[in-house]
Amino acid sequence: MSIAAKFEIEYLQYLDQDGKETGKELPEFAKDLDHMVELYKLMVSTRVFDAKSIALQRTGKLGTYASCLGHEAAHVGIGSAMRREDSLAVSYREYGAQLYRGVKPREVYMYWGGDERGNDFADAPRHDFAWCVPIATQCLHAAGSALAFKIRNEPRVAVCTIGDGGSSKGDFYGAINIAGAQQLPLVAVIVNNQWAISVPRRIQSGSGTLAQKGLAAGLFCIQVDGNDIIAVRKAMEDALERARSGNGGTVIEAVTYRLGDHTTADDARRYRGEQEVKDAWDRDPVPRLRKWLEAKGKWDDAKEEAWKAECDDWMDNEVNAYLETKTQPATAMFDYLYAELPADLEAQRDFVASLDRQS
Amino acid sequence: MAQITLIEAVTQALAYEMTHDESVVVLGEDVGVNGGVFRATQGLQEKFGELRVLDTPLDETTIAGVTVGLAVQGMKPVAEAQFEGFIYPMMEQIACHAARLRNRTRGRMTVPAVWRAPWGGGIRAPEHHSEANEHLFTNIPGLRVVMPSSPARAYGLLLAAIRDPDPVMFFEPKRIYRQYKEEVPDDGEALPLDVCFVLRDGTDVTLVTWGAQVKECLEAADELAQKGISAEVIDVATLTPLDFDTIAESVTKTGRCVIVHEAPKTAGYGAEIAARLAEECLYSLLAPVERVTGFDTHIPLFRLEMKYLPSVERIVEAAQRTLAAS
Repeated sequence: MSIAAKFEIEYLQYLDQDGKETGKELPEFAKDLDHMVELYKLMVSTRVFDAKSIALQRTGKLGTYASCLGHEAAHVGIGSAMRREDSLAVSYREYGAQLYRGVKPREVYMYWGGDERGNDFADAPRHDFAWCVPIATQCLHAAGSALAFKIRNEPRVAVCTIGDGGSSKGDFYGAINIAGAQQLPLVAVIVNNQWAISVPRRIQSGSGTLAQKGLAAGLFCIQVDGNDIIAVRKAMEDALERARSGNGGTVIEAVTYRLGDHTTADDARRYRGEQEVKDAWDRDPVPRLRKWLEAKGKWDDAKEEAWKAECDDWMDNEVNAYLETKTQPATAMFDYLYAELPADLEAQRDFVASLDRQS
Repeated sequence: MAQITLIEAVTQALAYEMTHDESVVVLGEDVGVNGGVFRATQGLQEKFGELRVLDTPLDETTIAGVTVGLAVQGMKPVAEAQFEGFIYPMMEQIACHAARLRNRTRGRMTVPAVWRAPWGGGIRAPEHHSEANEHLFTNIPGLRVVMPSSPARAYGLLLAAIRDPDPVMFFEPKRIYRQYKEEVPDDGEALPLDVCFVLRDGTDVTLVTWGAQVKECLEAADELAQKGISAEVIDVATLTPLDFDTIAESVTKTGRCVIVHEAPKTAGYGAEIAARLAEECLYSLLAPVERVTGFDTHIPLFRLEMKYLPSVERIVEAAQRTLAAS
């Protein structure tokens, strides 16, 4: 028998679910324990932010919100590996990555609270994409960004994140396909949280791993423990370096678990068992890193308590800023439609302005 | 000065803008060595290289989404849909992102991109190669929908479309790609978008049209003139945002209007113009507004397609009906 092709997919993990090192030599960044503490702190603040968001939604102060509970290692790992000049195209729950890059909680609240101004990032890179609800479409925006960087010969990388369900869509395949064909600086991270609303990973695809989808496109592929931030960050660093130096794109599958409902409009108890969720909590990324840092003498209960209190203050401040933001004038619906308002729309805008004056 | 066809004017505009603006790139299927199946991008890859004139994988969704990404990151992409009938997989990226990103981000991200597509029937092509579906795009806020009807307007409007800071659908009536030649100076002068062009002055009836039907309307105006009827002919050119003032001014003068388009009648863009006339010009109308359009059927395969497309005869008859009514 002659073989036309064969392949293997590396699985990367540094910390097991109890926070013990698996024996693999740690990458350089992980030897900087102060830096690892910073990453841990952001994972905690992301979780505090997430709980605050859900509380806002439950009290009628936020629209539908997609929780990131359980994804903190994957998201912070992605965001912290990138440079500011790189471009990030997310779907809608990658808050750990976005907070690292400077998106403010108040901006998240504004967008999901019904105000487009949340997408006008003040401190995050202006070339980072907005939240993207149509599944997987952001992958092609990242591919186009990567093509722009390549045409202009800029050492920048375009990163997109996508879910296990999103990796079924043509937009994902199209993005990795053109990235392979044109050797584009694209890193596509499949954050496989096992559930696309109610549809489990096994129904999503017959592919043994989701990472290997990138092989057919000619990309590097790796699967990592998405609840191990060291593994996520290391795979990201390697992929970014490879892309930045013109050596091609990568598909990373970060295996994690959606500990919460799909969104605040969902009830996951309808379609998945309690035991599965209970088991997933045993793999929770946050205590895993905490245990490792505690064993290194870098973290303890007092620090945890102090940091959580700081996060609470931060989020209260952000929530207040959000709640104090006045609604835009109704005419705003016209004011960002085109660079300049076409004459034919002036009458409609004038009418809407009169509604504002009446109210 | 050389006389050129409409398709050559497209090529001339692309080459001019690529020469003068490094951020302009062309992408699509077969746009490279082959120069496009209609030759719209002939010679461009040789001149500007494989990255700026990019042969993409054969996936319209990829073309559309990559175009959005390029534009957001500061390029000015001109994407080609090989035929209008293949544009449907592009619509999600166009409607959900290209048309909305400026609004979604309060102006932070913009999509200064052009989607070109050979549009319409009448070239004896296979199924899916003869679509007229501009009305599917005129209902999407945030887009411009532009259709040239002559070599000079193709050149000037395409330059304007590429320079426009917002996304533009640029539908090229392929039936008249090589119908006639005219002098088109390669001077980089753009024509205004959002403006209708009055191609022929008249006093009795206004013929409002766009794209390939401009030819039939001008011929109809000639025939009507022989019958002593003076027809004004308006090429809408930019369907959205619409320059309704030019149409209203003409219809207020003539009191009669025939709208001519190739797409199906129901909810075609002619319905919008007729509704606007009813809203804003009713008391100037001397006769019911007429529409001469494709039928509410699929455009038939080519043995019957000329029976589907608006003919000079149908336009003349409609104009005469408006005169008979008053």
